[in-house]
This record gives sequence, structure tokens and C-alpha cells, in this order.
Amino acid sequence: MRDLTLAFRQKSELMQPLMFLIMVVTLFPLGIGPGPETLQRVGPGIIWIAAILSSLLGMERLFRDDFVDGSLEQIQLSGQPLYQVACVKVLCHWLVSFVPLLLLSPLLALFLNLTFNMYLVLMMTLALGTPLLSLVGAIAVGLTVGLQRGGLLLALLLIPVFIPLLIFATSAVESAALALPYRAQIAIIGAMLLMAIAVAPAAIAYALKVSQN
Amino acid sequence: MQFDSLDAFLAMGGYGFYVWLSFGITAIMMVLITFQTRMEHRTLLVQISTEKQRKARIQKARKRQHDTQTP
Amino acid sequence: MWKWLHPYAKPERAYQLCTTLTPWFWGTAVVCLVIGTVWGLAFAPQDYQQGDSFRIIYIHVPSAMLSMSTYVAMAIAALVGIIWQWRTAYMTMIAMAPIGATMTFIALVTGAAWGKPMWGAWWVWDARLTSELILLFLYFGVIALYSAFEDKQQAGKAAGVMALVGVVNIPIIHYSVEWWNTLHQGATITKLDKPSIAPEMLWPLLINLLGFALFIAAVTTMRLRNEIIRREIHRPWVQSLAEQKEKEHAI
Repeated sequence: MRDLTLAFRQKSELMQPLMFLIMVVTLFPLGIGPGPETLQRVGPGIIWIAAILSSLLGMERLFRDDFVDGSLEQIQLSGQPLYQVACVKVLCHWLVSFVPLLLLSPLLALFLNLTFNMYLVLMMTLALGTPLLSLVGAIAVGLTVGLQRGGLLLALLLIPVFIPLLIFATSAVESAALALPYRAQIAIIGAMLLMAIAVAPAAIAYALKVSQN
Repeated sequence: MQFDSLDAFLAMGGYGFYVWLSFGITAIMMVLITFQTRMEHRTLLVQISTEKQRKARIQKARKRQHDTQTP
Repeated sequence: MWKWLHPYAKPERAYQLCTTLTPWFWGTAVVCLVIGTVWGLAFAPQDYQQGDSFRIIYIHVPSAMLSMSTYVAMAIAALVGIIWQWRTAYMTMIAMAPIGATMTFIALVTGAAWGKPMWGAWWVWDARLTSELILLFLYFGVIALYSAFEDKQQAGKAAGVMALVGVVNIPIIHYSVEWWNTLHQGATITKLDKPSIAPEMLWPLLINLLGFALFIAAVTTMRLRNEIIRREIHRPWVQSLAEQKEKEHAI
């Protein structure tokens, strides 16, 4: 809870990734051309890429502040299991950085000329996929938190790992656009999410322990 | 032997450029990584010996200092 | 059961083991590579479809296969390191990373050089090429993470976690890319007719595969030795070792 209040207190920091997201999405039509059909075709991909990039921007702060002011160490010493703490942190991160994105997505869908059906599926992939981003990202954040300039390294580590998610999510939306069944892709994303929920907290805890040394 | 002459061997049935390009790059990469590993090894050994000499020098200097102070 | 293995967790013992193994690996690797390459280049029969360009297979397939298995080996080393707290396991892992990246690079370049005459383009977003490229990124990630830490003990653990995350991802990446590829372009490219390979073509391939594997093993042992020396640089046994080497060079 403390995290949430803290996060909401820093309104500007909360808004920055969102602004970034909107701007990236704006850049694509300018770069590719405003043809509605083209945009409709590449739209879901753009939204997903923008979501991944903006999440990379905000991800670093997941453990950084607590690490710097030592509260992370205190939590560790207090005897609470670290993976519980990690779970809560990840949940907070997701609520703070991705739920606004979900709320914002109708606007983006309008921008990119998506049909209602596509939008529905896009929402589903975002709802299932973004917690996965938070979970897996938190592992890498835990590893790099002790480093001085971890930001770029974080992107280097995480982008290859996120590729399958991107592929499944965009292909689900594409199938929806062609009125093909898209359950399989959604199911795979769900399966990946469940696996991440099972494994990631332990991995995050270990990563934090490594960083604390 | 599949080829009649050296020329035919080098031409690789018209695909010479691609075949030799890939074999060449492979060979270069393999030699490079081996060479890099060897150089690393040598640098490490040199580093050890210089450090040791430095330590010996420091010790000697300390001893000399000691000698000049205590007579 | 694993008792006999444990002494080798000690850096000194591991170093000695590497020293004895390295020349053997080198010798067999060179023999295999020479036999396999000469056989493959000069004696194996032409492919009826691809002519002589198929001879790239003799380096492309071994490097591609072994780039994957090297990554898996890295992850196993990392797992061993995490479970048994062996420092040597982390060292082995990081010794393997650059050679694995090299193999991946070789596989990519040879794949491109093979693709140009066959598919008419240096690069196509073929499923295997793409997943190989992502594998290269994963290698870079592990190496970058390792070199970002000052404290190499910590670096090894961190890179180990990353290697494990990557290895969980490799199959997912592979299948997702394969699926993505068939969805986007249709299976025109990947359907190179694959007749069951003739034995006189297969033998040099197998020999080269073995040769590449031994080459990787040889370079890994060499790099592992370097890594051990670097970490243990102030220990007496390393010092005496360096002295010995110096004497040998002086004579």
C-alpha cells in the first residue's frame, strides 16, 4: 500500500511513461503514412511495441528507490519472505504503470483505426500480457538494481525475452481482424503468465539477494 | 574427388563466392576467438609477474628505509 | 554418487583438469575439423538440387546446433552454480558465453551466405534465422550483464539467473517465431525439399559436428583457465604457477 500512495504522490513520474506511450504511437502514423488500412494492419503491433518500450522506461524504478534508501535491506532483515515482498511490488508496479495503459487503450485504438473486434482482443492480450511484462521485467530489474547505469542494460536483457509475447499478442489480434479463431494465442499467453507467476517471485527474490550480496 | 581441377574446386559450380565466404568467415572467427583467449592468458601472466615485481620493489624499499632509520 | 565430482569444484583442481584436457581437445578438434571439412568440400557428392552451395551445410549446421547446445550448457552450469554454490560453475558459464556467441554469429553469417544463392536474399525472416538472431541477443545480454558488475562473484550469479531465464525462453521463442513465420509468409521458404541425406554426405557432417563440439570444448577450457587465474590472482598457487611459466619461457 505504501508503494501505491508513494507512486500516486509523484504524479509526474506516473504520467511520463504514459505520455511517452502516446507519443510513440503518434510517431508511427507519421513515419509510415496515414492510410487507414495500413494503420489497421500494423496497429496492434505498434501498441504492443510502445507498451513494451514505455514499460522499460518505468521498470527501473521498481526496486531502485527502495534499494537506494535501504528499505529493501530492512525488509530482507525483518524476516518477511522476500518473494512475498516481490509479489506485492510487482503487483503495485502493474497497477501503477499498466492499468492506466489499459484505460488509455480505447484512445489508442481510435488513433490507429482498429475495429471493435480487434480492440476487444487487444484488451485481452494486454490484460494477460502486461502482468507478464511486470513479472519477468522485475527479475532483470532485481539483477541490475545494484548497478549504476542499469537502464540500457535492462533493455538489452529484456527485449529478447519479450519477443514471444509480442508475437503471440499481435498474431491474436491479427487473427481477430481476419475473423479467425484467436483462442489459442490467448491461451498461450495465459499459460506463460501462469508459469511466470509460479516461477518469477522466487527468481526475483534470488535476484534481489544477489544484488544485496 | 568430386572436382576435376583446382579451378573447378575453387569455383564450386558457380557458388564459389558464397561457399568460400562462409568458410573464410568461419575460419577467421575461430582463429580470432582462439587468439583472443591466448592473448588474455598472456596478459594475465604478465600482470601477475609485474605485480610480483612491484611487491618485491616495495618490500626492498621498505627494508632500505628500515635500514637507514635504525642504524 | 557425485562425490568424485566435487573436488573439481575447487579452482585449483579445475585448472589442472583443464590443463590436461586442453591439448586433447585441441588435437581431436583439429583432426576432426580437417577431415570433415576436406571430405565435405572436396569428396562429398553434389546435391542434386543445390549444386555445390550445399557444402556450406558442413559449417552452418554444426555451428547452429552447437550454438543452441552451448547456451543450454551455460544454463546447466548456472543451475549447478546456484544449487551447489560452486564458483567454478559460474566461471565455466561465463567462459562459454563468448564462444557460444561466436558460434551463433558463424551460424548467422553462413546462413545468410547460403540464403543468398538459394532464396535470392541475404536475409529472410525465416523462423530459424530469426530465432538464431534472438539467441545472439540473449548471449549479448548475459555477457553485458556479467561485465557490468565490478564484483565478479556477484556478476556470475546475476548472469546465471539471466542465462536460466533465457533458457526457459529458448523453446518458446523458437516455436513462437516458427508460428509467426508460417502465419505471415506461408511456408514457401522453409519447404526446401529435404531428401533423407545420403550417407556419403552425412559422414563429413557428423565429423564436423564433433569437430566443432571439441573446438568449443577446447576454447572453453582455455577460457576457464583464464577466468580461474583472474579470480584467484592473489592466491599462492597462481603465483607459483606464473613463476613456473616464466621459467619455461626464459629457457
